[in-house]
Amino acid sequence: MDRIVVSDIKKTFRLKPGQSITVDGETTDRVTVLDGIDLAIRKGEFITLVGPSGSGKSVLLDIIGGLTSATSGGVQLDGRRITRPDPKTGYVFQQYALFPWRTALSNIEYALEVRGVPKSERTATARHLLSLFGLAGFEDRFPNQLSGGMQQRVAIARALASNPEVLLMDEPFAALDQQTREILQGELLRIWGKIKTTVIFVTHSIDEAIFLADRVVVMTARPGTVKEIIDIDLPRPRDGDIRASAAFNNHRARVWEVLRDEVNKAQKDWTLSPAFSH
Amino acid sequence: MAYLTEKFGPAGGFHPFAGAGEAVAAARVPAIKARSATPAVRRRRGAGFGTFIYGLPLLGLFFLTWEIAPRLGWLNRIFFPPLSEVLVAWWDLLASGVLVEHIGISLQRAAIGFALGVVVAIPLGLLMGRYSLFEKVSDLLVQTLRNTSQFALLPVFILLLGIGEESKVAITFYSSVFFLLVNTISGVKSVDPLLIKAARSMGTSDFDMFRKIILPASIPSIVAGARLGVKSSLFAVIGAEMLAAKSGLGFLIQNSQLMMETADMYAGILTLTVIGLVVNYLLVWFERWATAWKGQSEASMI
Repeated sequence: MDRIVVSDIKKTFRLKPGQSITVDGETTDRVTVLDGIDLAIRKGEFITLVGPSGSGKSVLLDIIGGLTSATSGGVQLDGRRITRPDPKTGYVFQQYALFPWRTALSNIEYALEVRGVPKSERTATARHLLSLFGLAGFEDRFPNQLSGGMQQRVAIARALASNPEVLLMDEPFAALDQQTREILQGELLRIWGKIKTTVIFVTHSIDEAIFLADRVVVMTARPGTVKEIIDIDLPRPRDGDIRASAAFNNHRARVWEVLRDEVNKAQKDWTLSPAFSH
Repeated sequence: MAYLTEKFGPAGGFHPFAGAGEAVAAARVPAIKARSATPAVRRRRGAGFGTFIYGLPLLGLFFLTWEIAPRLGWLNRIFFPPLSEVLVAWWDLLASGVLVEHIGISLQRAAIGFALGVVVAIPLGLLMGRYSLFEKVSDLLVQTLRNTSQFALLPVFILLLGIGEESKVAITFYSSVFFLLVNTISGVKSVDPLLIKAARSMGTSDFDMFRKIILPASIPSIVAGARLGVKSSLFAVIGAEMLAAKSGLGFLIQNSQLMMETADMYAGILTLTVIGLVVNYLLVWFERWATAWKGQSEASMI
């Protein structure tokens, strides 16, 4: 059963006044970032999105999360069209985005607070989630008293607090060191194995994409389209050792083969990068 | 010296026009940043007592000069009574209850005006910082009013509100409201857009966005504005009392000078200095308390 259906999404940004770019010999102030994305995601599926910089992965995630509207096309969640953030969707950001004036516990409670959950219930839920992520005892710490890995655990716990049916993750582990990153990948899989929520996970790392996913969606260089969807039939539960297996290596070679041309194309697209860095 | 100015407020003490000068000087600065309580700053504050010790001899010398210069005839005793006489006069004023009454009235005027400033500036600042149209429409008026000296407006307040309490409250309000407003706006504008995005992703309503995200995120900047606003209100009330009042510390100082009761005059000035120090200390403490979440980076464990 399809939980999320993305149909023919296009997204065009307008540059700031005075800025323009040249596309195929024509000068324009419009940049097409997504150019017709079709994607059907099954219930409980773990999808990873890979693609070169500027391929619009994060924009696609924002559109699915209801934070940005598409120029044309649409997203349906369980048959309902998404126009604004859905209460059934949780979002995790690369830079954690914890509220620095709230403690770890109270950050997680926030997700329930704005949904009108009574105080005693949300405290209990938040405590349970903290202990699930191995953070019991850190309830009263402020974010800047926690390491990056701990902060991202809190942020994931916050996104899961409302029991979402869809979890959107935008390069959540990219700012962490390699060891922490692999530990958190393992934890994420362990918790996902329990709650079986639908996950869309954007990453730059091919290894991460393969390790986590049921299917890896490879996107093209700008303007982004889906280049290929690769099934990852590695057995679950997975642990770190699987990275050394022959099957994993085959997947790695396959994903890289699909991605390579697009990365090269993106490298030549330097003209655009200053315009994007807003 | 930098330490002294920071800790004990701008040079010039409570001279009314020092207050006006500070308001104008600060008005040129677009936003008055909160002094962040990073560990480095904390260490510096922790070393404050040592610096205090170093500063004592010079302050002692100042008081000593004050005591002996009039006695030796270097200064005219009528205009500059020795410190000991000033302290005796101060004690008499305190014991008679007169001083407490004046202090109470001055602080009350400053507090009411400042409180009104808070009530007006924070909601207005939240709106102006968040909605650019709102700011575009109101910015020019705010800049115009902000750069008009509150003392220049005292005659206007008196014409409009009379010589009573209302005109004093008006000038203290006017003195603090723009510090609060400008810092609230700058606080709102510097809220990390990622936090707003995160809050939106969780379905935060517009009202909750103000209440639970933008306001707390702006608190460090608002509290920094409040510190300046409180001082400015205090300066303004003293100035106003000197110009047009029958009570309050400003009146006490001005009236003592007219009556040539110079010991009382200096007693009033010293009282203001002490109040200024205490208020500043309380505000620093409040700022540290309100922004506790910014500091104390202890751990980098996984």
